[in-house]
Amino acid sequence: MKYLDEYRDPEAAQRLLTEIRKTATHCWTLMEVCGGQTHSLLRHGIAAELEGTVELIHGPGCPVCVTDQGAIDFACQLAQREDVILASFGDMLRVPGSDSSLLDVRTAGGRVQVVYSPLDAVELARRYPERQVVFFAVGFETTAPATALAVRQADRDGLENFSLLVSHVRVQPAMETLVEAPDHRVQAFLAAGHVCTVMGYESYESFVETYRLPVVVTGFEPLDLLEGILACVRQLEQQQARLENCYARSVQEAGNRAARDLVQEIYQVSDRAWRGFGVIPRGGLELSPEWSQYDARIRFEKQALPVLENEECRSFDVMTGQLKPTACPHFGKRCRPETPLGAPMVSSEGACAAYYRYGMSADHATA
Amino acid sequence: MSERERNLSGSWQLNCPVLLLTTSDCVTLAHGEGGRLSRKLIQECILKTLQPVSSLCLNDAAPLPRSERPLAMTTDSYVITPLFFPGGDIGSLAVYGTVNDLAVSGARPLWLTLSLIIEEGLPLAVLERILESVAQTAAETGVQIMAGDTKVVPRGAADGLFINTAGVGELMDPVPVGPDRIQAGDELIVSGPVGQHGIAVMAVREELGVEPVPQSDSGSLFPAVENLRHKLGARVRCLRDATRGGVSAVLHEWAAASDMTLSIEERLIPVTPEVRGISELLGLDPLHIANEGTMLIAVEQGAGAEAVAELQGLPGMSGAQKIGEARERGIAAVTVRRTLGAEQPLADPLGSPLPRIC
Repeated sequence: MKYLDEYRDPEAAQRLLTEIRKTATHCWTLMEVCGGQTHSLLRHGIAAELEGTVELIHGPGCPVCVTDQGAIDFACQLAQREDVILASFGDMLRVPGSDSSLLDVRTAGGRVQVVYSPLDAVELARRYPERQVVFFAVGFETTAPATALAVRQADRDGLENFSLLVSHVRVQPAMETLVEAPDHRVQAFLAAGHVCTVMGYESYESFVETYRLPVVVTGFEPLDLLEGILACVRQLEQQQARLENCYARSVQEAGNRAARDLVQEIYQVSDRAWRGFGVIPRGGLELSPEWSQYDARIRFEKQALPVLENEECRSFDVMTGQLKPTACPHFGKRCRPETPLGAPMVSSEGACAAYYRYGMSADHATA
Repeated sequence: MSERERNLSGSWQLNCPVLLLTTSDCVTLAHGEGGRLSRKLIQECILKTLQPVSSLCLNDAAPLPRSERPLAMTTDSYVITPLFFPGGDIGSLAVYGTVNDLAVSGARPLWLTLSLIIEEGLPLAVLERILESVAQTAAETGVQIMAGDTKVVPRGAADGLFINTAGVGELMDPVPVGPDRIQAGDELIVSGPVGQHGIAVMAVREELGVEPVPQSDSGSLFPAVENLRHKLGARVRCLRDATRGGVSAVLHEWAAASDMTLSIEERLIPVTPEVRGISELLGLDPLHIANEGTMLIAVEQGAGAEAVAELQGLPGMSGAQKIGEARERGIAAVTVRRTLGAEQPLADPLGSPLPRIC
């Protein structure tokens, strides 16, 4: 397949693996920021191939996993209202809230509609004028522009029955929170290529300067990841900390100007509660005051609810690279995709789900 | 103003409500209540359309001819949105699905029943089109429709039309022994590209707007099964159409039945560019996506190449491939070897696949 097979060529991958092994004089610890990268590293067997050469630990980069449980609870409440259709991306449906998931609510008769694009939610609002359509706007900077477009479209069409439950999160503040923890183990970052495609990577200059850690913008295919890893290892071996772009076919330094402008027009940066992390300063986006009539939290006057996160789930440790999913005492035993204790096991981008899917060991499989 | 509204607005006009309903171009609740309208629907729409492939009579039960061979029986229900999709519709799906369940069990499909659960308001033209498709598919696959039933449920109680079938077939000799007899070294074959039906239905249902539009693989497996039985005889261990849960679900069932590890290679699995593209976009694995005319076959060690060659010579089976083999139970029940050669467990599908966020 064009633009895909050439980045999955096994021979080229083997050459890069050899080069990485040759370059590394000891085992470096790299963090892949994005859950999509975690899945790709495990799916294509890269993490296993590099065992002993590079330790790959997974970062906070699954927007589904880090969506605040309070937001999920509110979405569930909205979906139970007679007058509401709650529109959501598919992989949010299984994530547990305090006492139910959107899938549970749908089973019980709530109106939950899977959409593939925020514009589909606008179309729903057009089709069902007698109902309030609320789009559960989840995701990093990658999905924020599409949500912004949906707001503009709804506004242009004069739709008064459309609103957003905005839960967009920003990657870089989470990376800062991570490396400011005194016991962090990260020696270099593979930055999330799709986020940089939208937002560019200029802002990482100051990050690299402040924290003296290499940051390499990296894609998602096996060769992208291997090139990103090699670039990190080379910098570490040379005791350098630079910003590099190994995903040039998609990412430009300034990102996508039109998308950035749109994000700036519709949202403002805000503090945001991240599941497992607590509140991350400047860690999210919310609708700016000019667009607040589309804010579902205001429209439906959300009351703060007690959030009951499952205390047994060690998602914070997993999402900060402190704990490998397979080292969690519940992994593959009480915590499995059909009975998840927390979001990282249920989300399609979740680190625990990735390890379960691609790297589960025999004792876990039969436990 | 509709005809119904015109009739109702003239209070002086004494119209029988039944008369009103007979002029409807949609199925109404009255069509399912056993009276004159029911008979009219059955005789003028259903029986008339199915006549060439039907021995339907209005008795309570249909007599079946005596059979020399042991019989096999199956039943299935068909629920799909939309009713028409690229490469098929609910009518052809119901016939192919039942025929295939018999075929992969080693039976020659002979007779079907056809039970229609119709939602009030379904346009009669749609029902007729689906029945024509049933008739055409039954003729193609050589099955007779022996009995039927029609129910009409209120609007909102069904999704347009549900179809339930039962199928009876004659067991051929030899009947494949079944997945519990899979042995180490047995070879695993898929009869064509995987995931086409599920992706085709999803693409139209969700209006994904992709070009070219993916096509369902919906079709009859019986000619291929008959051919394999004829050419390979008892060397065919078992067969299964890879419907809901896709190839992965079948492999997990077989691995559980045989206590073997079933190991496949990603690079050998046939996937069309359309299916692959949409799956990559939505984060779905083609191995988990439903098929309607693609089967998995396990054959004795050494028989794989011959089975693949036989299949590839049949219409619609040019994509048949050997994709893996059975081994003594190892790290997991089902494994897949991906890009760099590492062998990994293949997940058992958990419910329906959900598209991811990014």
